[in-house]
Amino acid sequence: MFPELGQFALVLALLLAFVQCALPIYGAWRGNAVLIGVARPAVAGQAVFVALAFGLLTHAFVTQDFSVAYVAQNSNLSLPWYYRFPAVWGAHEGSLLLWVLILNIWSVAVAALSRRLPDALMARVLGVLGFISFGFLLFTILTSNPFLRHIPALADGNDLNPILQDPGLIMHPPMLYTGYVGFSVAFAFGIASLLGGELDVAWVRWARPWTNVAWAFLTLGISLGSWWAYYVLGWGGWWFWDPVENASFMPWLVGTALIHSQAVTEKRGSFRAWTLLLSIFAFSLSLLGTFLVRSGVLTSVHAFASDPKRGMFILAFLGVVVGGSLLIYALRAPKIAGGKPFHLLSRETLLLVNNLMFACAAAMVLLGTLYPLIGDALDAGRISVGPPYFGFMFVLLMLPIACLLPLGPFFRWATADWRATWRALRPALAVAIVAAVVAKMLTRDLPLRGVAGVAASLWVALGIALYALRRWRDAPRGKRYTPEMLGMIAAHFGVALFLAGVLGTEATSVERDLRLAPNEKVDIGGLDFRFRGVERKPGPNYLADEGTIEVSRDDKLITTLHPQKRQYSGGGQIQTISDIDPGLFRDLYVALGEPLDQGAWAVRVYVKPFVRWIWLGGLCMMLGGFLAAADRRFRTLPERSELAAREAMPKLAEAKA
Amino acid sequence: MRLLPLAVFAALVCLLAFGIHWNEHHEMTEVPSPLIGKPAPDFTLPYLYEADKTLSRSELLGKPYVLNVFGSWCPTCQYEHPILTDSVKKLGIKLVGLDWRDDPDDAKRWLAQFGNPYDAVITDRDGRAGIDFGVYMAPESFLVDAQGMIRYKRIGMFTPELVRSELLPRIAELAKPLQATP
Repeated sequence: MFPELGQFALVLALLLAFVQCALPIYGAWRGNAVLIGVARPAVAGQAVFVALAFGLLTHAFVTQDFSVAYVAQNSNLSLPWYYRFPAVWGAHEGSLLLWVLILNIWSVAVAALSRRLPDALMARVLGVLGFISFGFLLFTILTSNPFLRHIPALADGNDLNPILQDPGLIMHPPMLYTGYVGFSVAFAFGIASLLGGELDVAWVRWARPWTNVAWAFLTLGISLGSWWAYYVLGWGGWWFWDPVENASFMPWLVGTALIHSQAVTEKRGSFRAWTLLLSIFAFSLSLLGTFLVRSGVLTSVHAFASDPKRGMFILAFLGVVVGGSLLIYALRAPKIAGGKPFHLLSRETLLLVNNLMFACAAAMVLLGTLYPLIGDALDAGRISVGPPYFGFMFVLLMLPIACLLPLGPFFRWATADWRATWRALRPALAVAIVAAVVAKMLTRDLPLRGVAGVAASLWVALGIALYALRRWRDAPRGKRYTPEMLGMIAAHFGVALFLAGVLGTEATSVERDLRLAPNEKVDIGGLDFRFRGVERKPGPNYLADEGTIEVSRDDKLITTLHPQKRQYSGGGQIQTISDIDPGLFRDLYVALGEPLDQGAWAVRVYVKPFVRWIWLGGLCMMLGGFLAAADRRFRTLPERSELAAREAMPKLAEAKA
Repeated sequence: MRLLPLAVFAALVCLLAFGIHWNEHHEMTEVPSPLIGKPAPDFTLPYLYEADKTLSRSELLGKPYVLNVFGSWCPTCQYEHPILTDSVKKLGIKLVGLDWRDDPDDAKRWLAQFGNPYDAVITDRDGRAGIDFGVYMAPESFLVDAQGMIRYKRIGMFTPELVRSELLPRIAELAKPLQATP
């Protein structure tokens, strides 16, 4: 009975989503306060039913109700209880329900925390969110119902994909979706302001904290995914430019551009049209990512079982949402004007460069991801562009970002004092160059990437530190750092950590594939790795070959590593579990290959310095996003005089022109 | 100018719709290749590790083998790689790697990094042999029997299930002569 109840809850949620979309938007257009008032209760009602449906699906997993086809396909009797929860989103149907649930959580948060905003604007914002939810609920019910029965019930289920049976995966999809879906709020604010014709900059101020929080979650989600790939997939890589990784990375790139352009629009009134477009793009790319992952158009490890019907539905929905918003944009854009004028040497220019680079990077990734499709369309054969293309292009586009980043905080709005900035940043540049030269002299075989890593990360980190120091010295106590500024400092410091991690690990990693007989010893990077052989060990739902490798330096034992090779009982799938001795300055990474003759095994041994800094950088960026969003300034209405002043400027500019 | 984003987006939607259409009409993994049941195309290709030596179709006669088309530039091959190592190799059949449209040095580096599951690796740098085999993406795999006949083709990566449900029964069938299977 419970699955039917879940089905019922989904249908009710669908109806409420329709109400949440249609009535408030119509009411806002007609100025009807009663219809506008429907928005918040509809949001709450829809969220209750979606949460109910999600709870019931979880219940089916926990109680192992194999009469539900989705449960039978994605779990079995031997699945430990703690993996039955993430199993809910282990495949297409459930993860779609998670998507809708998270969208509803965002909607509830917007409805609850934006009580001080104008009612008509809120009605439109919640209406747009309702429309998105409506589309996805319809998609779930028509093509991907997780509550379909399989009668008679199966005695035992298939298995949850063993690659997903991992603690990292409990958190990765929810965080990623929270970020993905969170961009819908900035999108909704943008569309609401276009619909209402209120093209002033107030909406940007209200949308900023939401965008920052969404971006922070997405950063966390991507970092978790990268970390998970690093220790689960057994190749020691942390980024693969896989189509699905790209699908999450494109919204991140555009989202990064968006949070910067929102800052300009909110503070200076410039870049209004651009901010609107970026809000549309960020969410469109989230939708596009959903399409790419679930339509089977591109092949990937992440690919869900594909079904052309699903692809067609999301494509149609994508067409309506994105096409519709770009159409509204095209119709209303001429009315968007203004912003204060700025000099070539100014913070605006730097942020413009940032925006251009991030937008180009997103376009570059999009092109690379769609390349196989374009190849088919032009009848040129299916071509796959791999890491060489992405790696080269991405570094090329991000190089200006790393070089210009420390200048940003020092440059003032409108017109910057070049000499003062130069004086302030001189020490950072000097230290970065000297350190790079010293690093090159100390380790002669350090590749160029390593030298660049030392210089770039020190330049960014010291540049930001110098700015923090200057605020401490110059600003009066209590006004030194606003949360927004702290967020900026933390996120940019994260960039420095990330640069150090990526370039450091790429330049200095030692990766060896070895044939090791029992008790054989090998010396890598001054460490002794002794292979003690392999034993068979049973797990809750698998049988493992567990290797033992002792790592020592100068005959002093540092650590003992136990990499495993598991065979899962459900589907007989084999999964390599690497073992890692983590460290702030280096990771020791060991994975079992295949058994060879006479008890010997192929063993992968990696020494990866600084690899952890990549994710530390990601965490720092995330922290920055949350800190900035916490600024109380965003939660107040702009003062009337301030608004009026802002409105007067563009008109003046127009009059002059 | 205002309509530019909309126009670009419309082009993108057309491309994606084409992608779905293409997928529907190219059930890549299910429609049998015209080569199945026919002799494998003739080839003589240099080894990756000994470029001055070559391997030809006739040298492989007498024992069945799996020919796996891969390239160091191909992300899907990276995902297929541990499956080849873990599942296909366990079947006890000879595994020949065809490094397709690839720089040999990149391929060597790639195999050094991820391990080399192949019994022999040959290179098809300009993709001519690939055309003869009808390869249109990497990875692809062909099961060739002792008489040099193509018995099965897989377009795209193997998964452990596919190895068990498709490759394994076909290898078991190899004992029977080709005519017995209608």
